[in-house]
Formats: sequence, structure tokens, C-alpha cells
Amino acid sequence: MVMFWVTILAVSILLYVLLDGFDLGVGMLFGLASDEQRRHAMIGAVAPVWDGNETWLVVSGVILWGAFPVVYSVLMSAFYLPVVLMLAGLILRGVAFEFRSKAARMRWIWNASFVGGSLVATFMQGLMVGALVQGLPVSGDRYVGGEFGWFSPFAIACGIGLCVGYALLGACWLVRKCEDEVRDQAYRLIPYLAAALLVILIVVFAYALAGDFAVMTRWLDRPSLFVFPVIGMLAAITLAASVHRHQDALPFPMVALIFVAAFGTLAISFWPYMIPFSITIEQAAAPHSSLAFMFWGEGLFVFPLMLLYTVISLTVFRGKVAASTDHY
Amino acid sequence: MEITALLLSRLQFAFTVSFHIIFPSFTIGLAAWLTVLETLHLATGRPAYRVLFDFWLKIFAVAFGLGVVSGVVMAFEIGTNWSDFSRMTGPIQGVLLSYETFTAFALEAGFLGVLLFGRPKVPPWFYLFSTAMVALGTTLSAFWIMINNSWMQVPVGYVVENGMFAPNDWAKIIFNSVVWSRFPHMLLAAYLTGAFCVAATGAWYLLRGMFIAEAKIMLRMGLYLAAVLVPVQIIFGHLNGEYVVRYQPAKMAAIEARWHNEQPASEVLLAWPDVANRRNLFAITLPPPWGSLIDSDSLDAAEVGLDSIPESDWPPILIPFFSFRIMVGCGVLMLALAWVGTYLSRKGHLARNRTVLWATFLSFPLPFVATLTGWFTAEVGRQPWVVYGVLRTADAMTPFLTRGTAMISLIVFCAIYTFIFAFGIFYIYRLLRAGPVGRLLPPTAVLPNRPLSAVDRPDAAAALVRLPAGE
Repeated sequence: MVMFWVTILAVSILLYVLLDGFDLGVGMLFGLASDEQRRHAMIGAVAPVWDGNETWLVVSGVILWGAFPVVYSVLMSAFYLPVVLMLAGLILRGVAFEFRSKAARMRWIWNASFVGGSLVATFMQGLMVGALVQGLPVSGDRYVGGEFGWFSPFAIACGIGLCVGYALLGACWLVRKCEDEVRDQAYRLIPYLAAALLVILIVVFAYALAGDFAVMTRWLDRPSLFVFPVIGMLAAITLAASVHRHQDALPFPMVALIFVAAFGTLAISFWPYMIPFSITIEQAAAPHSSLAFMFWGEGLFVFPLMLLYTVISLTVFRGKVAASTDHY
Repeated sequence: MEITALLLSRLQFAFTVSFHIIFPSFTIGLAAWLTVLETLHLATGRPAYRVLFDFWLKIFAVAFGLGVVSGVVMAFEIGTNWSDFSRMTGPIQGVLLSYETFTAFALEAGFLGVLLFGRPKVPPWFYLFSTAMVALGTTLSAFWIMINNSWMQVPVGYVVENGMFAPNDWAKIIFNSVVWSRFPHMLLAAYLTGAFCVAATGAWYLLRGMFIAEAKIMLRMGLYLAAVLVPVQIIFGHLNGEYVVRYQPAKMAAIEARWHNEQPASEVLLAWPDVANRRNLFAITLPPPWGSLIDSDSLDAAEVGLDSIPESDWPPILIPFFSFRIMVGCGVLMLALAWVGTYLSRKGHLARNRTVLWATFLSFPLPFVATLTGWFTAEVGRQPWVVYGVLRTADAMTPFLTRGTAMISLIVFCAIYTFIFAFGIFYIYRLLRAGPVGRLLPPTAVLPNRPLSAVDRPDAAAALVRLPAGE
């Protein structure tokens, strides 16, 4: 039962990263769009699906709360300010979708909210992951690091890294969904974003090595982990080739694969801890009666249904946006 | 009152939950109304229903967006400000909220995209299905939230294990007796909110002499529904009182400002409770046995007074006392309006009676006020407990949270919510003012910058030609 919920939690977080990742990325790139026509196309590439994408954040949050309450309580209290700021960013970004189209003179406010909100939310997510990798001070089942226990240069670097990563994901989504200038601009950005991401990854890795992070010993102890960087590397090569040949459909799945590889690396290097290295999965799990009740209803029936909704909405809105906007 | 991290956290939760509840209570009703309109449109083929659907969908989209973003905040705020609470109640409340997210939130979010953008891409039956799924999602959401909140009011089906509330009887938790009066009460509140907003909009257009055919449909459907639902709502409100008497005597005594035990009890209609001296000033009171009759359906029931409860277990008296009376007052006004309006409508005089039209137009805040004050009564009345009788609010907070940090987050949320609320209301107002315009589409060349959204720009909308309405 515990294993089942760890798996579902991991899948939900990964889906969130991939799905909301691309629309947060589009949100950040939105700031680079030079005219209203391009902004319109970019919004159109994410508007019908962003709400469903963001659902996976809430899904991950409530699985964490219901199935692993100790971890939820430690993480949320430890990351008080980053969570508040992330939520603030998500609020501003979320209303911008609806409000932008209703505004006339004030549209610039919602354009700015869309970019700023996406940027802040992404940065905070990366920062939290970084702080978690570096290690949070926990005693018993409470966080004891104070209100700024998450602050470190490493966490900041991870925040920046995720911004670049999501922007890359967003650029590849735009290549897939848009045409003409928006697609061409995205194609031009991808090499820069990919190079920047690589540099940040190297810096972060070197920093972790130099700082002798506990997570790093896992890496050296478990050489099988290096299968993930290899997958990531192959995906990166395919990405470069597909961008070079302008194969619109390929870059997005390749970046997604890079994210899956990175996610797998993190997840397995934490194992069996949920908060490294103080709270294990077993210690964090809710009583069996809670896990079983979740399993028989939402685990067995509703979770597959949710995957189905996601597939339905991505299928209904498949294909290039430009070709389908004239119905409005 | 000293400003502590606890007080600030309570204020923050009260503020965000009050802000949030406005939108679901509006959109639950609207989603049901949209489903009715789409069904009628498919069944009768009358264009007026389609025009109304498209019109209300735009308003729904704005309100839903505000509801979603403020709802996402709530799920995380419980962990940030109330970490001990979230750790202890996670095995029950986290599980219930995960059911809410899985069954409701995901359903809404999954089909909302189809509702807003999918009409040209899916067959009509699937579009109606998507509308119904969004409506079902909003209703399910309220269902799980009410189960969850009812557990906080009357905790059942658990044992305390390793400092956590471990569920040992899920049937008891879900079929908690109080759920079955509280959930319908909330759902009816949402339907009434939808009904009065729709009726008020219809009345407004009739007063302005615009969109007559659509306005008449809105006014009639809204008022008829309210005429049936308000009495039912009053019955469920009364049933709610019974659980309060049985399980939460301190809340009941505060609502009634009853300081001493009485048998049979009198009923304070209006007063200014003087908490320091434990008495009521300027009281208008019905003599015994009215209090017993209203609270316990009995001529000689004993009713508990505050002085038989330790003062440390008292809720704040003034808030439940006044918010309850405001809620009931709104209910009485809504009942009068719905019945008078329905009577006049049956006689065929309603559209000419400007007094009643004005009253209907001005009635739209009533259900919102009633819902908010109802929540204040229930939630403030639950204090000083977060889980009634078991866990005090003061023991539920994040232990190391300081005043400064709590203040920062409170300011962040207040500022952002005020900002988006002001714009949201402005945009909804502008959509309402523009009214239900027809669906004849302009050539895309006219509007090269047309945003891909559920809603047209009003200036663009004004350029559209209206379809002939059905009536």
C-alpha cells in the first residue's frame, strides 16, 4: 500500500512537472514576444489545457497530505515563504489567462502578471527542490530550521536552473503547437536555453560534489543511477538533431525525456527517504486504514479516470493552434 | 487583542476562505444553470437558450478562474500555517481532500477546457456531457469539503495513535449524521446564489428595456427556482440547528446569546451582547417556550447557557450572534422576494412592476451575504477548537512561525486577492452590462488580435449582430 502511494505520488509530481512545466515555460517566454499576434498564439497554445495541468500540483499536494502527512507538514512549514510566493505567482498567472482577454487598456498588467507569475512560481519550485537535495534540518517529525532554513546559494541555483528548464520545455511546446514567427523564434531560442541548462547542471553538480552533500554519496554508491544521465544524454542528442532538422513534433518529447531522467535520478537517489536523510517513506506513511481507503476508491478507479481526462483534453486540443483559432 | 502569529494565521485563513467561498458558491449554481440551458437548447432548439448559455459561460469562466486560484491556496495554506494540525489530521482530512481533488477538481479542470474552447471540436452530445461533468465536479467538490468540515465540527470514527488522528471507521466519517443536513444546506445556498444572480440580471435588463426575451427567461427561471428552494433551505437550516444543540452547546449558546441555563428557554431576537457583564443590552426577546421550541422542537426543553461552560471554551460571542441573524434576515428577504415575484409572474404583471424589478435587481448580494455569514456562524462558533472538543486552534499552528512571517504572507494574500477581486468584479460587471449578444461571428480579419479565450472583448462583442431571440 505504501509503495503504491509512493508510486502514484511520483507519477503525479512528474506529470505536474512535464505538463505545468511547459505552460509555465510558455509563460516565461511570453515576455519575449514582440507583438500582440505572437502573444495571442502563445496563449492559445496553453489556454485550453493549463487548468488541467495545474490540477496535478494539487493532486500531488493532497496525496502527500493524505498518505504522508508528516512529510506534508514538514515541507509546507519549512518552505513557508517559498510556498506563499509560489502560490502568489500561480494566482497571478492563472487569472491572467481569463483577464487578459477582457482587458483593453490594462492588458499590459495581465501580460506582466503572466510572465512574472510564471517566473516566480517556477523559481520557487526549483528552489524548494534544491533545498531538499541539500538537506533540511528535521528533528522527530518536525522541521526545526526556522523560516529561512531553505536559503542557500545551491537552492537559488536550482531555482534558476528550473526556470531555464521549464523555458526549454515551453519553447519545445511552442514549436509543436505554433507556426510561423512564434515557432521560428522558439527554434532560435532552444539552443541557447539548452546550453544554459547544461552549464547550470554542471555548476550545480560541481557545487554538490564540492559541498560533500549526503545525496552525492548515494550517487557514488549506486552506479546504476548513471543510466539516467545516459538516457538524458541520448535525448539531448536527439533533441539537437530534431531542432536542426526542424521536426516540430520531436523536441517536446525529447525534453520531456530529459526531465524524466532528471526526475528519476532524484527520486532514486533519495530512496528510501522522502526527506533526505531524516524521514523515510515508511516513517512518513499514514495509518493503513487511510492508505487502504485511498487505494480502493481513488487509487484503483479515479486515478486512471484522471489520466483519461488528461488524454481526452490533450486529444481534443491536439495539433497546431493557428489552424484551429478561426472558430472564435 | 495582542497581535500574535496565531491571530495573524487565523485572520489569513478566515480571509482566504471567505474570499474563496464566494466563487464556488456562485459557480456551483451557475454550472447547474448552464447544464439546464444546454439541455433545453438541445431539446427545443430555441436560440435564446444558446444565447443565454454563451453569455453565462463567459461569466462562469471568470468566476471559476478566481475560484480555482483561491482554492489552490487553501490546500497549501493548511500545511504552511497549521503544520501540527495537518500532521495530526492528515490521515483523515488529507484523505478526504484527496478524494475532493481526485473526483471533483480533476473532473472540473479536465472538462472546463472543452467547455470554454471545445464547442467547435466535439459533437453536441459530448459538449453537453462536458457541461454536466463540470457541474457534477463542482457539486462533488462541495460534497467532500462538507464531509471534511463536518468532521471538524463533529469528529467521529477515529482513534488517536502516535499523536495522529487515525481513522478506524470510514463509514462513520462519511455518513456522519451532520453531513446530511450540512451538505444540502451548502448546495442549496449555491443554487440560490445562482438563481438570484440570474434573476437579478434579468430584472436589470428589463429595467433598462434591453434583451427583453432573454431577460424574461432569466427572471422567471431564477425566481421560480428560488420560490421552491428558499423554503427547503430554511428547513435544512433548522435541521442544522439540531446538530449544534446536540454536539456544540457552546456555539448554540453564543448564537442565542443565552447566558444562563433556561427551561423552558426564551429566544433573543435582537440584542447587543455585553460579554464583560454576561448580559444582553437592548434585548428584544420572545418569552419561553420560544427558545426551546426553536432550538429543540420542544415546549419544555432545557437549553444550555454560557455560564455553565468554562469561559476558556467559549467562542467569541458577537460574531456568531450577529452573523447568524444576518443570515436569517437575508433568508427571510429572499423568501419574500421569490414568492412575491413568482406570484406576480404567474399573474403576468411582473415585467411591468418596477418596484419588484428593482428589488430583484438589488437582491443579488443577499445569497452571498447569507453564505458568508452562515460560514462565520459555523466556523467562528467552533472556536476555540479546530477539531471540536479534541484539538484547540492554538495547538494546531506551525510551532516556529513568527509574527513577521505570518504578517508578510497575510499582506501578500490580502494585496493579491484585493487586486484580482477588483478586476474580476469589474470584468464580470462589464460582461453583464454588455449583455447576451448573439453568436454571429465576424470575419476573422476584422479582429486580427482576437485573443483565444472564452470571452470576447466587449468592444468586439458590440460589433456582433444579435441572433433573433426565441420569444
